[in-house]
Amino acid sequence: MNNINPKVEMTNKKEEDMENVVNQSRREFFLNISRTAGVAALGGLVWSAYVDEATANSLILRPPGALPEEDFLKTCIKCGMCVLACPYDTLMLARPGDNRPLGTPYFIARDIPCYMCPDIPCVPVCPTNALDEILVSTNGKLDINKAKMGVAVVDSLNCIAFWGIQCDACYRACPLLGEAIFVEYSKNERTGKHAFMKPVVNYDICTGCGLCEKACVTEKASITILPRETVLGRAGDYYIKGWDKADEARLEHATSKTTTTDLSKEKAVDSLNDMGGLFDE
Amino acid sequence: MSNFLYKHRFLFLRRITQVSILLLYISANVWGWNLLVGNLSSSLVLGLVPLSDPLALLQMLAAGAVIAIDIVLGALIISTFYFLVGGRVFCSWVCPVNIITDLSNYIRRTSGVNKIQKKQPATRNIRYWVLGLTLVISFLLGITAFEFISPIGMVHRGIIFGLGFGWAAMLVIFLFDLFVLKNGWCGHICPLGGFYSLVGRYSLIRVDHKEDKCTLCMKCKEVCPESQVLFMVGKSSEQILNGECTNCGRCVEVCDDDALNFSIRRFYEENKK
Repeated sequence: MNNINPKVEMTNKKEEDMENVVNQSRREFFLNISRTAGVAALGGLVWSAYVDEATANSLILRPPGALPEEDFLKTCIKCGMCVLACPYDTLMLARPGDNRPLGTPYFIARDIPCYMCPDIPCVPVCPTNALDEILVSTNGKLDINKAKMGVAVVDSLNCIAFWGIQCDACYRACPLLGEAIFVEYSKNERTGKHAFMKPVVNYDICTGCGLCEKACVTEKASITILPRETVLGRAGDYYIKGWDKADEARLEHATSKTTTTDLSKEKAVDSLNDMGGLFDE
Repeated sequence: MSNFLYKHRFLFLRRITQVSILLLYISANVWGWNLLVGNLSSSLVLGLVPLSDPLALLQMLAAGAVIAIDIVLGALIISTFYFLVGGRVFCSWVCPVNIITDLSNYIRRTSGVNKIQKKQPATRNIRYWVLGLTLVISFLLGITAFEFISPIGMVHRGIIFGLGFGWAAMLVIFLFDLFVLKNGWCGHICPLGGFYSLVGRYSLIRVDHKEDKCTLCMKCKEVCPESQVLFMVGKSSEQILNGECTNCGRCVEVCDDDALNFSIRRFYEENKK
């Protein structure tokens, strides 16, 4: 390291020259820094934009016990342990071109649904807890019926049971038969002597395993698993079931936000007594 | 023939290591062996020892994920290992992308592209900027930024779990390194390479240069994927201490004069000529 110092001869030059050289190199230094920062900003913008878009796909079904999508995406390390553990080859890692967040596990219910193994081999192997055992356990024991991979949604337009043709394929395929999917009977007014036997999904119980979607007899399935986030609404704080004590618990964390409009500025009675605008003046 | 083998001994060893690691992962996928399960992001050895990519862990931390013990342990094991043997041993002995970029490099050398493009129009410090960006974007978007675009992930995951359009990533890197920038991906851009350059800064295994034996043939510089680390060749006897050296051993095997050899890091200054 003792012989790389070519600047020693510089001392012989005039001071003026020195100053110019220093100024020049200082300018170059700042220019280079700015240029690099500019390129980094451009690259960073393109990169963030791509990643933001690529991870925005919400119509993806995750393995049982998966954290909420946003947490799942930052926690999953994409190692494929769950994929290897799955005995039915249900799970896949998203490849380039699959149009899903790269490298993350997912399944397509119509191709291979989740067969709901009681020992849930895909969850305990997860090294990051992106698949969380707690989310699929009851009293410390694994319980696949607690899985919430999605919910089944029935297309009442194309489901042939809604036409009046007897079909209970999805109802029979459901591992929580009679609970997650039950059959609702109603009179078929068209014939006057038959019954509709319509499949109805209980969103509270449905695990989103997809066995119904797999079993559906129509050309393209008329019962589809969709992510819970996509399908389920949220009643919010404004409505509670007055007849259900447990439901009132929701109000404990209610936020009270009062909106003020022109009318509500005054008391309701004042508003009624206000004669303004009723008489010609 | 045996001379050819001897002249490429580290190259063959590296290819054997790279391919057998991939084969072990594949065997876990196809036949259910549990010697090495998972992939380069995170894996389990013999169903017991966790291994994890420390850069992935850093991104998870930046993104604000809740971190599991297994990952921390795995990342510690990997970091310690590379801290000792040289961080970028990952690049030249494990990473499958290395096989692609080495091929580009080989074609560059033999077809004379290097002779036309003598000066490379980019600095090798880009990788540290990309590394910084990786963490900044992870923090801002709350997502593991590099893991969603990493060609390393696409390639090794592709080989183990199914490729998809991953071949396009392979092709792009191959062409980029071949025509656009010498050692473009591995030597300039890859933030994982940058990260491991920092990890391996104080590693124990280092190539040692003996200036008195050197005949200035410069074969080592021609073949080195990080030729800036060989600045002392023919000038002074010292160890290659730059963390950017990948310990691939190409310089050692091409040297006809025994002027370069693997050695253990010297922690005291020897009397140099």
